[in-house]
Amino acid sequence: MEMIRYRKKTANDMIFDIGVAVLAVLSFLIVAYPLYFICIASISDSTLVATGKVLLFPKGISMFGYKEILGDSRIWTGYRNTIVYTLLGTFVNLLFTLPAAYALSRPEFRARRFLMFMFVITMFFSGGLIPTYLLIKGLHMTNTMWVFIFPFCVNVFNLIITRTFFETSLPKELYEAASIDGCSHFKFFSSVALPLSRAVVSVIALYYLVAHWNDFFTALVYIRDNELQPLQIILRDILLSNQVFEGGAGGGGGGASGGYAQQFADQIKYGVILVSTLPILIVYPFIQKYFEKGVMIGSVKG
Amino acid sequence: MTTQTKLTVPNREATITAKKPSIFNTFRRDYQLWIMVFPAIVAIIIFNYIPMYGIQLAFRDYDYTKGLTGGAWHGLYYFKMFIDNYLFKDIMWNTIKISLATIIIGFPAPILLALLINQIRWKRAKKTLQTTVYMPHFISIVVMVGMLNVMLSPNTGIVGNLMNHLGYGDVNLLASTNSFIPVYVLSDIWQHCGWNSIIYLAALSSVDPQLYDSSKIDGANRWQTIRHIDLPSIVPTMIILFILSMGNVLGTGFEKIFLMQNTLNIPVSEVIATYVYKIGILSNQISYSSAIGLFNTLINFIFLFATNAIAKRVSNISLW
Repeated sequence: MEMIRYRKKTANDMIFDIGVAVLAVLSFLIVAYPLYFICIASISDSTLVATGKVLLFPKGISMFGYKEILGDSRIWTGYRNTIVYTLLGTFVNLLFTLPAAYALSRPEFRARRFLMFMFVITMFFSGGLIPTYLLIKGLHMTNTMWVFIFPFCVNVFNLIITRTFFETSLPKELYEAASIDGCSHFKFFSSVALPLSRAVVSVIALYYLVAHWNDFFTALVYIRDNELQPLQIILRDILLSNQVFEGGAGGGGGGASGGYAQQFADQIKYGVILVSTLPILIVYPFIQKYFEKGVMIGSVKG
Repeated sequence: MTTQTKLTVPNREATITAKKPSIFNTFRRDYQLWIMVFPAIVAIIIFNYIPMYGIQLAFRDYDYTKGLTGGAWHGLYYFKMFIDNYLFKDIMWNTIKISLATIIIGFPAPILLALLINQIRWKRAKKTLQTTVYMPHFISIVVMVGMLNVMLSPNTGIVGNLMNHLGYGDVNLLASTNSFIPVYVLSDIWQHCGWNSIIYLAALSSVDPQLYDSSKIDGANRWQTIRHIDLPSIVPTMIILFILSMGNVLGTGFEKIFLMQNTLNIPVSEVIATYVYKIGILSNQISYSSAIGLFNTLINFIFLFATNAIAKRVSNISLW
């Protein structure tokens, strides 16, 4: 691209550029520093962290926190449960969402307007917590892993994104040509539409994945059994139980980190934050390039 | 694609004889599409529409033995009960305060960030900044609140230390009624501002480059470019997002507030969503909490419609 310079760079522009640079660096630091701080605090001596000595580099490096975390059976159970719920849940999400999005993207499908309307309504109306709770209870899904998988397995926002992508990125002639060759919708969907839509599939898979991984509410409301608790509930016990003691409302609620020496408690907390967020941070860079596209598609007709 | 000679060509006769074939006429042709959309329909009906039908609980006495809709009709009894409750004023006021603060401060933040990012000429710096500011969006709420707890803790946290150095003394930002809303709103901005700016960046990237060129010819400086080209180009997006956020004015996030609550900040942190959870799930007052939930939904709707109507009047942009 060729820059057009009809006007000389004035002092005004210089000030502007400097202002932009300062603000950009500032916003970078505001976001990045807390994240960085957690990393260094998780391997530093907790007393040094607590007295504000650890600011730029880790000090008094010890892996005690991580050792404790990896030796904690609840973390492992939580991790295992969350991985199962996330993978199975995302699989079911995609299984329900992608074919539906394809069907709703076909212009010749006569029911599409009505069905789309039916889906969109649910974005604005909902039964609310209590009727939903009673329904799930009535279906005997409470205290089972299925409550993580099936309820609300179609996210309408994701459905719209995918449908819009199919509509705009698959040329109309493509299906016509394929159908003359005797290609059915099933076949066209699985061997033409899906392979051409890797961008949107990655984006909504990431959305679903993150939603499952971070889901705390479902377990809070529907799960009582300790063996079924996902990582986020365990995290709450470890990260927030101290707060319960401080607030004077202890009453044994949580009480999870009671076993750890207090001076290591903070190191463990920082470590847990990192360990629990790691999987998402690993996936993130691979899918990041699709974000803008995904959001943009969604905003067109969302 | 493998070619299969046996399969039928789409039903040609149907399209020729009737210009607009009905759903039934096309069923034979489109049955595969129906199969594909069927699971999603079933899921939506079960998990979204049946609970909607269950809203009538708010007007009935819930009876375990008679199921969702079997209880005796009780009219607006539970709504009155909520309005007459001594907590009503506090809960409403807290909910409104928290969401208005979130909207007033949280709404412009991503716009400013997007305008800033859009001004960065150095590609790599721009990319790095974007990657960084999007990241906190993926942190779970539990972890987010956990971070707040360890960092803001008065004795051991980094912010607590800083406050000490600055001479503010041992302020417990987590347990004070004054700091609850600022902590909630600012941490929300920290987490989601970057992500929410994507949509504005997308709008900015679709601005016709000729506009910038001609503004340069006219001698516009960078400020004027922002003010007269960038801002107007994202106004439609702004309005739509503003309407949507107003439609959620009482829908404060349950999880974060619930996790940030403690006995000391409860006077300012109890909102409708947390109250419904406590009354309904923990103390089993099914009908009462359904009524509160419905009350919440209705007020959200009024705000959504009102903002939409105003936006339509003023700017001709609206959701429908």
